[in-house]
Amino acid sequence: MKSYHLDHLQHLETEAIHILREVAGEFERPALLFSGGKDSICLLRLAEKAFRPSDLPTPLLNIDTGHHFPELNEFRDQRAQELGAKLIIRTVEAAIAQGLAQPVPGEISRNRLQIPTLLAAIEEFRFDCCIGGARRDEEKARAKERFFSFRDRFGQWDPKNQRPEIWNLYNGRLNPGENMRVFPLSNWTEMDVWEYIQREQLAVPSIYFSHQRACVRRSGQWLPVNQLTPPTAREEVRNLVVRVRTIGDIMSTGCVESTATTVADIITEIAAARITERGSRADDKTSEAAMEDRKKAGYF
Amino acid sequence: MLTPLMPSASSATVPIDILRFNTCGSVDDGKSTLIGRLLFDSKSIMEDQLAALERSADITGNGQINLANLTDGLRAEREQGITIDVAYRYFATPRRKFIIADTPGHIQYTRNMVTGASSANLSIVLIDARTGVIEQSRRHTALAGLLRIPHLVVAINKMDLVGWSEARFNEIRAEFEEFLPRLDIQDVKFIPLSALNGDNVVERSPHTPWYAGPPLLDHLETVHIASDWNLNGFRFPVQWVNRPHNPTNQTFHDFRGVSGQIAGGIVRTGQKLIALPAGVVTTVRQIWTYDGPVAEAFCPQSVTLVLDDDIDLSRGSMLVGTDHLPGTSRNLVAEICWMHPVALRRGKKYLLKHTTQTVPVVVTEILHKLNIATLDPEPEPAELAMNDLGEIRLQAAQPLYFDGYTTNRLTGSFILIEPGTNATVAAGLLAPPSEVIKPEIGDYAI
Ligand SMILES: Nc1nc2c(ncn2[C@@H]2O[C@H](COP(=O)(O)OP(=O)(O)OP(=O)(O)O)[C@@H](O)[C@H]2O)c(=O)[nH]1
Ligand SMILES: [Mg+2]
Repeated sequence: MKSYHLDHLQHLETEAIHILREVAGEFERPALLFSGGKDSICLLRLAEKAFRPSDLPTPLLNIDTGHHFPELNEFRDQRAQELGAKLIIRTVEAAIAQGLAQPVPGEISRNRLQIPTLLAAIEEFRFDCCIGGARRDEEKARAKERFFSFRDRFGQWDPKNQRPEIWNLYNGRLNPGENMRVFPLSNWTEMDVWEYIQREQLAVPSIYFSHQRACVRRSGQWLPVNQLTPPTAREEVRNLVVRVRTIGDIMSTGCVESTATTVADIITEIAAARITERGSRADDKTSEAAMEDRKKAGYF
Repeated sequence: MLTPLMPSASSATVPIDILRFNTCGSVDDGKSTLIGRLLFDSKSIMEDQLAALERSADITGNGQINLANLTDGLRAEREQGITIDVAYRYFATPRRKFIIADTPGHIQYTRNMVTGASSANLSIVLIDARTGVIEQSRRHTALAGLLRIPHLVVAINKMDLVGWSEARFNEIRAEFEEFLPRLDIQDVKFIPLSALNGDNVVERSPHTPWYAGPPLLDHLETVHIASDWNLNGFRFPVQWVNRPHNPTNQTFHDFRGVSGQIAGGIVRTGQKLIALPAGVVTTVRQIWTYDGPVAEAFCPQSVTLVLDDDIDLSRGSMLVGTDHLPGTSRNLVAEICWMHPVALRRGKKYLLKHTTQTVPVVVTEILHKLNIATLDPEPEPAELAMNDLGEIRLQAAQPLYFDGYTTNRLTGSFILIEPGTNATVAAGLLAPPSEVIKPEIGDYAI
């Protein structure tokens, strides 16, 4: 007898496609958050699988901190063009200029300032739903997240009062001004993402692969040397062969020493890894509840 | 532009199966500690996670690391030492992949327990060996039974605090076995353990020579899981009409398909289907996927169906096969778990979401409420309060096309939504239909 069996990636795939189509069916003005990073690359392929041969029913939205790796933005623009998708970019820079986001004196990181920039974009385009590529295995506050995550009219997440989510029945109903964040990759792990990239033969930005880079040692990590936070005379700078596991801003993304030049190499490397991908993000190390606090305020 | 990809070689390798399980039981019985221990002893905790755990131990735990903090990811949870909402964790051993839902024991958060349990293949009910079976243990076990979770592990925890007493273990086991026959659970296993110290979690404990069974992880790795999916009656709730507006590729100019996830059965090109609610028979011209057309597709795949006839189909419509027909009615009987602070009463109106359709319903009768202490149904209660389980009758504004929950989870389940607040107030499981659809169409006989 023929066996009707899906392997674990096929299961994750059909779950994500189902969620994307629920979004198309239940929301009027959804947007898909696309950064050019590995998770949102998978998300885009899943959107193609959900909606082709039609056009994607959502524009792509990116919040540009102005501190992105240039490789990432190039990739983002190119991918959107290949897909014939509408790409909306809103920058933290412009949000500051318009008074929508207020930097604290001395604050170099733009992590916090992404939040008001995103919320302003949601208001500008009246998006009722933002699809994001966050995964529950990334971080322990994210591990608490629903597939359909409700945000009030201030963009806030209330983790103590989330809607129950039972079977695959998602409650997408909103009142005016409220917003839904939807995470189709909730059940994917870092390994699943790379295995899917491998299976689908998806292109990823070059910085995920091994390359030479000048790095500075800070709080136990190798950070890329950059002009915003240049190395001081006392800091150790080295030219290393590295890659990035997760991409944040250029000044907070830790590089890991690696010789992985193919997706297969990356998969082997992750299988043996003893630290998590977020272990290389300085922005999550501030406190145990750093991510939870950002999410409550309206972060992705 | 759209080059169909051949399935890659890796999809032909031996499939790894996934076991989805959840922990449940009363508050403080050690659920989160057990998950922490399972992850720790199976070497699934990464160095930076361990370092973070040690840092927080220095501040809050007078040097003792708290394994529950691995899943208690919210500040309020760590401050109060309780779990509020489900945490999901992922780990793998060479034998299996696991998706864990660590659910809260506190009665106030039962709705979150239901969230975590609804997708599980297996539930672990924890019992504190000192207190034995209490009301919340029974409520969670009854919920696991209601959701028809096929496998149950009763983990009798904190055995270190009862001197590893075999007599105590047997006593609790007997207490549990007394009410088990009233629940619809096929397979139950009892394991004595200490989540805190790791006895019988990953390694067999030297303290329980009288226990012949496997440690917990062994059991999780080897328990046979049958498919959740029904492959008999074809069910295809339409999610989205796929109609390119200005296709750049001219071959798609007249393309019109319906997209959805197969909720039951198998579909093949050339097969006859009935479109509901119209009751019209049509034929599958093509099963379209991004990776190219396929000859057949099965539950739970997501596909786009192109049909021979241009019939009226939109979100909420359903395509079904011509055998194993679904039921239809406006009058529904369902078991529910009520999850809202304001009680359910007769005459109240809600929105019911079933597959891809949302319809107004009114509660016409409350048939019974489950007495959690005895697990006996109490007929005709005045209301169902928060966390009550019971059976009700509903009348819907339009007929639903459905199956009994025990036949098909996807077409036999629904949620109730309160209009206005949009709160999800109940999870519902439909009783088998009393009549199936009767298509009145000449060429229906196939
Ligand atoms: N002695 C002993 N203590 C344990 C054991 N397992 C858990 N505990 C302790 O019991 C307390 C509660 O543990 P948790 O894991 O937070 O309990 P929980 O079931 O997750 O609680 P909720 O999620 O709030 O329902 C903690 O202080 C644990 O250290 C055990 O096997 N032996
Ligand atoms: Mg807990």
